[in-house]
Amino acid sequence: MTSATVTGSAPAARTYRSYSQPWWRRILLTREFAIIALLVVVFGWASANVANFNSPLTVYFLGLDNAEIMLIALPMALVIITGEIDLSVASVVGLSSVMVGILHQDAGLSIPLAGIIAILVGVVAGAFNGFLVAYVGLPSLAVTIGTMALFRGLAVGLLGTTAKTDFPDKWTNLAQQHIGTSRYPVIVIPILVLLVVFVWLLHFSSFGRGVFEIGLNDEAAHFSGVNVARTKLILFVLTAAVSAFAGIYITLRSGNARGDNATGDELKVIAAVLLGGVSIFGGRGALHGVVAGVLLIGVIQSAMRLQNETVNVINIVIGALLVLSVMSTSVLAWLSKQSARRAGLGTLRRRQAVASSSSTTER
Amino acid sequence: MTALTLNPSEISPVRRILGGALRSREIAVAVVLVLVIAATTVKNDHFLFGANGWRDLLLTPSILLLLAVGETAVVITRNVDLSVGSVVGLTAYLTGRIFIAHPGTPIFLVFLIGLAFGGVLGLVNGVLVAWGRVPALVITLGTLYIYRGVFLSWAGSNRVNASDMPDSFLNVGTKQILSIPLLTIVAVIVLAIVGYYLYSARGGRELYAIGSDPDAAQLYGLKVTRRILAAFVLSGAMAGLAGVMTAAYYGTVSSNAGLNLELQAVGAAVIGGVAIFGGSGTVWGAAIGAFLLVTINRALPVLGVQDFWQQFVVGVLIIGSIVLDRVLTVRRDRKIIEARDNA
Repeated sequence: MTSATVTGSAPAARTYRSYSQPWWRRILLTREFAIIALLVVVFGWASANVANFNSPLTVYFLGLDNAEIMLIALPMALVIITGEIDLSVASVVGLSSVMVGILHQDAGLSIPLAGIIAILVGVVAGAFNGFLVAYVGLPSLAVTIGTMALFRGLAVGLLGTTAKTDFPDKWTNLAQQHIGTSRYPVIVIPILVLLVVFVWLLHFSSFGRGVFEIGLNDEAAHFSGVNVARTKLILFVLTAAVSAFAGIYITLRSGNARGDNATGDELKVIAAVLLGGVSIFGGRGALHGVVAGVLLIGVIQSAMRLQNETVNVINIVIGALLVLSVMSTSVLAWLSKQSARRAGLGTLRRRQAVASSSSTTER
Repeated sequence: MTALTLNPSEISPVRRILGGALRSREIAVAVVLVLVIAATTVKNDHFLFGANGWRDLLLTPSILLLLAVGETAVVITRNVDLSVGSVVGLTAYLTGRIFIAHPGTPIFLVFLIGLAFGGVLGLVNGVLVAWGRVPALVITLGTLYIYRGVFLSWAGSNRVNASDMPDSFLNVGTKQILSIPLLTIVAVIVLAIVGYYLYSARGGRELYAIGSDPDAAQLYGLKVTRRILAAFVLSGAMAGLAGVMTAAYYGTVSSNAGLNLELQAVGAAVIGGVAIFGGSGTVWGAAIGAFLLVTINRALPVLGVQDFWQQFVVGVLIIGSIVLDRVLTVRRDRKIIEARDNA
């Protein structure tokens, strides 16, 4: 290139196709679609083969039992797409449950007022997480392991081993009611509202593009004008606020405010999000996959329960599914590397070898 | 030829060693530990000088100590092992079943089987993480479910009771040599071996190199895959050993054996100064962190704090220690920059 010799006429302007793959391949050959397909297959198989699975009650309990996982999974997906993680969500659920119980029964506040205060407590908890991660710059894994113990400790410490169980029937019934005469419980409405909000936020707003950019490369995101710290703070606040709402729901649904409500749910939420195709490295994922991931776990659970399998076997299946779903990405990458090698793309192969080895030891 | 590129430090070696010790994380955590023990003993001298005070002080942390040692080896390589709690439960139950099937099994052999079995479970994690090129957080989260599920469906509604295990094995759980519990001695010997290996052996240093910069380690020609595999096997083996010790110490193995221990193990490592993003920290620190966690939990009720607040204190400790780390790093960086600018 150093000796520029102009030969012949100026080169013709190059044209590029908008996409390298036709639209149906772009839609069908994604992880999200694979999970949706698996969900349809499992649902179809269970409807045909599992006794009583086809009844309206199944759908009702599916919604009722997985509501809190579904609620928390939505903001959690955004947090994981930025490359962070929040392990403290289940503890916020417990804390909010205890707050509702104490505020309603000891302070005599009405349920809506107690609920609003509980959500505000959740916002404070999320702001604490977000401040430490985004502004102090601490790793979110360590911070939220700490706050997981902290918030849970607060919840258990406030209530001890006692439980608040005296809630007005009006509210506990509402948490279990059907929508009109349909088979869906009322909690589906807030789930749908939040789903619309988060789909808009992640996939149709500039905030959402920032979320993906941060996950891919937060320095590049910073230089392209994304406020990285503020985005992360907002996401941690949103996650904790939604978790607090889930805590209110759990309290009313079970009529039971206890410090140890929802213990261990953080791992269920993360398992569902990762199963739904969100990359733990950040920068990749979509909410329709996350919804399918939550539903898949829910359907497998209820089908296996109807088959009289114990919760232990169900846990084995969910764990294996999680491992297989992340392994499949690596296997596919390995296969495409092999085919690239066969095609004799020497430089490409070398570049891919470096790229894949660089991701060996990251989380 | 003889000109040194770097002049030796002008500060005397004694002051350097002293200064290093004062700044070291291990000493800081140890001081907190001693303060907690002292405060609790002043409040109630049974805590240290009571009939079982001294023994319990040393004995109760030994299981978490082993887990923290294994977890440290994994965290140093910029990975994490969340499955250790489930491995403890599974191995503890296996121990019970061995004694039910073959009551005369030598105790030493049972410990070896536990170690090997835990190692195999760790190997599964390691193979999936290192060869599958998949994040450890996800894989070990999956195996956490799988191992616990296997444990619970194997156990069903059975539990291993003290009467199922021979007295000689249960005595191991409480036996003391020169007033020091046997299990603590085992844990400390393991700690010393692993600590020495990480501090001075080539394999140990390579773990730090991998954790500091995985790409650089790969380009430098280190056997990254093999080392990570080894770290996971070590973590599994430690959890297996801890499982056998759990069976010996508690005498029963119920369905919640080892439950939620993984986060305590990570917490102990973090409190002990092991960076969660790898490349720094020692098993000594993690061991003292484990000691501190368990001792604080036992000290709170004595100090008049209801034991519901235990988790809260643990959370404060973890957050406090990582914030402190951050503050110290920022200050040190600033000093280094100042020194460079003044030079």
